Amino acid sequence: MIGTSELRLDGNAIGGLLLELFGAELTAAPCVCAGCGAREEMARLDVYVGAGIVVRCRHCESVMVRIVQGQGRTWLDLSGAASLELG
Amino acid sequence: MAGTAVLGRLTWLTADVSAVTAETSRVRTLSLDVPDWPGHRAGQHLDVRLTAEDGYQAERSYSIASAPGDGVALTVERLDDGEVSPYLVDDAREGDRVEVRGPIGGYFVWDGDEPEPVLLVGGGSGVVPLMAMARQRARVGSAAPMKLLLSSRTIEDVIYREELEALSGGGFEVVHTLTRSQPPGWGGYSRRIDSELLAEVAWPASESPRVYVCGSTRFVDAAADGLLQAGYDALWIRTERFGATG
Repeated sequence: MIGTSELRLDGNAIGGLLLELFGAELTAAPCVCAGCGAREEMARLDVYVGAGIVVRCRHCESVMVRIVQGQGRTWLDLSGAASLELG
Repeated sequence: MAGTAVLGRLTWLTADVSAVTAETSRVRTLSLDVPDWPGHRAGQHLDVRLTAEDGYQAERSYSIASAPGDGVALTVERLDDGEVSPYLVDDAREGDRVEVRGPIGGYFVWDGDEPEPVLLVGGGSGVVPLMAMARQRARVGSAAPMKLLLSSRTIEDVIYREELEALSGGGFEVVHTLTRSQPPGWGGYSRRIDSELLAEVAWPASESPRVYVCGSTRFVDAAADGLLQAGYDALWIRTERFGATG
């Protein structure tokens, strides 16, 4: 039995997927939370991996990014991220 | 900064297993020959993808153990109910072919030219990316003081034990804690990492050290909390959590 806290990873865990989707290294990319305005690198955000991927702000826990993949398509919801800064 | 530039649509690369080395009863190092490898930085990881005969694919992330410029080596711990690690630890042999995607990561990295003292905190196989940093320090002759605090269950579970001993000295120090059982006459720590232990081992906060913590979510959270209690700034602490599925 895995507790919820053990399912909480960080942005490093989706670095490969983000590299494939964006064609750029994003774990060091600063992201601003649309909920509370906190600015953190992707690697410092909380990531939950299940049927889909949910990225949450580590300060206010708002959902910042959702990613669902299936049947050769990727659905990306960035509405909780006010900005994403690519180096 | 090879490997961090925009690569375009990243593709999977073919990798051939060129050597396998047992580290502990549950952990093995695989050296990979990746013809199109763009190079990596210490601390980065890659994704491994396996494809079954029926087309089913499974992929998992593994830290790169080798220093930059020293080939690609992965050190993998077997998670018994995992989809990828049992193959990598028990079955993969020289000449086998897998696919890899990477290198990945621009945050949990240490290049060797940073002057600050470095504290590495690893739980079990969380030592792997930290080992790449220790190897990089030796490789480039960095003068940055580096201390590794490594938590393992037993002395037999300590990954890279002999190499860590050989690397010690000249500003590199290893502190072990064994959480489950200790050999007779054990002089190291014998408990899980807590704030008191960290306060004894960690560089003084006045030195503004760089910190890299890698392990399970529970381990990383405990170590990071302890360091904050010791007066460390959250921005000094870089963490990488690994999952319970492998």
